[in-house]
Amino acid sequence: MVRITTVEDVTVIATESLSKRFPRVTALDRLSVDIGPGVTGLVGANGAGKSTLIKILLGLSPATEGRAEVLGLDVATKGAAIRERVGYMPEHDCLPPDVSATEFVVHMARMSGLPPAAARERTADTLRHVGLYEERYRPIGGYSTGMKQRVKLAQALVHDPQLVFLDEPTNGLDPVGRDEMLGLIRRIHTDFGISVLVTSHLLGELERTCDHVVVIDGGKLLRSSSTTDFTQTTTTLAIEVTDSDAHPDGTRAVREALHARGVDTHGEAGGLPGAGHILLLTATGEETYDLVRDVVADLGLGLVRMEQRRHHISEVFTSSDDQRKEAVGHGG
Amino acid sequence: MAVDQPTHAAATPAGDQSRIHDIGYRGYDGPRLGRAYARRSLYSQSLRGAYGLGRSVKSKVLPMLLFAVMCVPAAIMVAVAVATKAHELPVSYTRYAIIMQAVISLYIASQAPQAVSRDLRFKTVPLYFSRPIETADYVRAKFAALASALFVLTAGPLLVMYAGALLSKMDFAHQTKEFAQGLVSVALLSLLFAGIGLVIAAFTPRRGFGIAAVIAVLTISYGAVSTLQAIASTQDSDSAIPWIGLFSPITLIDGVQSAFLGGSSAFPGGVGPSHGEGVVYVLVVLGLTAACYGLLNRRYQKVGL
Repeated sequence: MVRITTVEDVTVIATESLSKRFPRVTALDRLSVDIGPGVTGLVGANGAGKSTLIKILLGLSPATEGRAEVLGLDVATKGAAIRERVGYMPEHDCLPPDVSATEFVVHMARMSGLPPAAARERTADTLRHVGLYEERYRPIGGYSTGMKQRVKLAQALVHDPQLVFLDEPTNGLDPVGRDEMLGLIRRIHTDFGISVLVTSHLLGELERTCDHVVVIDGGKLLRSSSTTDFTQTTTTLAIEVTDSDAHPDGTRAVREALHARGVDTHGEAGGLPGAGHILLLTATGEETYDLVRDVVADLGLGLVRMEQRRHHISEVFTSSDDQRKEAVGHGG
Repeated sequence: MAVDQPTHAAATPAGDQSRIHDIGYRGYDGPRLGRAYARRSLYSQSLRGAYGLGRSVKSKVLPMLLFAVMCVPAAIMVAVAVATKAHELPVSYTRYAIIMQAVISLYIASQAPQAVSRDLRFKTVPLYFSRPIETADYVRAKFAALASALFVLTAGPLLVMYAGALLSKMDFAHQTKEFAQGLVSVALLSLLFAGIGLVIAAFTPRRGFGIAAVIAVLTISYGAVSTLQAIASTQDSDSAIPWIGLFSPITLIDGVQSAFLGGSSAFPGGVGPSHGEGVVYVLVVLGLTAACYGLLNRRYQKVGL
């Protein structure tokens, strides 16, 4: 069953010059940002103000100034209503070791207001969706880090929220576990229809998972834009072709043919094995793809690969100082 | 470029009938029962937990054992009273909890930390407060659950005694009145002890320390108070005895019931507080209970998220 997200085309989270000052530090400094449905990454170094923002958005900590809305509800006055509709997965360990995942998640579902029978049913469903099967009847104390993260995720999803806050969900996971968790986060939106705000200090993982990325630093908004904006301002194409009898060095033939048509290719991809066979060129639009296809076909070669080499979000940080001013004006 | 695969491939039935099909994500459109329901659920979960129900077999042993220890003497008394056709139970309803105070202290010391320290130690508290319930709901549910658990522990044996008294055809009106007085007394005791136990446990996230601290507070205060009372008694300053009794939980309860609930006092010389002093006792019991509730609320405001 495909669920239609009712918040489609609506702002899920909106903040307006939101500030939070503690006696000695300013955790958030006039943060204004609009976040729509989908998977949104909240990126920032440790202490950038990510957790403070989540606390304010859950209505648990009052802002010093400014205002914020979650799902159209004001965080200052509608905290309980917000918390009924959102889920929260904390960064730290939060599971008692002596109960089973099923018991724990059922209890948390009831704490969210689900009647007993619905709580049990939703728990079974949710644990299955996050990938916990027979082990869900065993005490949590014996789980691996990856399994614990799944239980934490399940308790955030069990009441079928409209939005979930995931605080550093990939912390402490090995690369495989990390990939699985990121895939799961993607599915929360695409399959479950739940919007996600996921924090991380690792930009690379958000690039693959999020539709939109908000970068904050020192409590200030550094940049807010869709991941396609981040990574596709210039797209680099990597192509690899086969060799044929007519063209013993297919790569060179293609390069020369492209040059003849006025397309520049640049350096080959690093020192990886077989890198000599990969051509990199800058795509200026759809026509570049067609051109490559035609050139390769005309030469009678096989096109082994043609893929986008994305720029990494981490480049945002290297060029962030120039963009800082522009971004703040941009965020509103 | 890719061959156009039929997208329904996954939905075609697999040959193996026993396979569980992934029917995809289903949303939840049912009722959400809100704060009051969540508070009740937390209350019942905590009350069951206080007797180890819904927890491991290991955690059932101690509370069940203590409950049995509380009830067995009552059952023996009843048996003796029935056998000897006595007209009164050997121990009055109000005295019973005072005599069994060591067992009650052990129970509260073991179960108060289990009720609150676990959530603090394993940092489960933020999961509660990211849901509709608020600090006060959490504190009230835990307080009520532990007080109820203590009431079950202390009123259980009274019920055994009352049933035995009626079976051996003792005076119904008299027994009922005394039983009711006993219930009021143990209800007060449950509230006060639950409050003290929870406050101590909520400030000591390590379970072991919590247990030790609760036992220490209850026994040291009782030891100190009864020693001072004994000294006062030998010094012939009997008027000081009731005032000293204000400083330990169990003597507080003793004072309240000997002033108002027809109990005989365990104070030296059997000198309980007068009615006037009894009012102070009641105020102190209620004040302490309220103070514990307030302290717990303040504690949980801090540990929020």
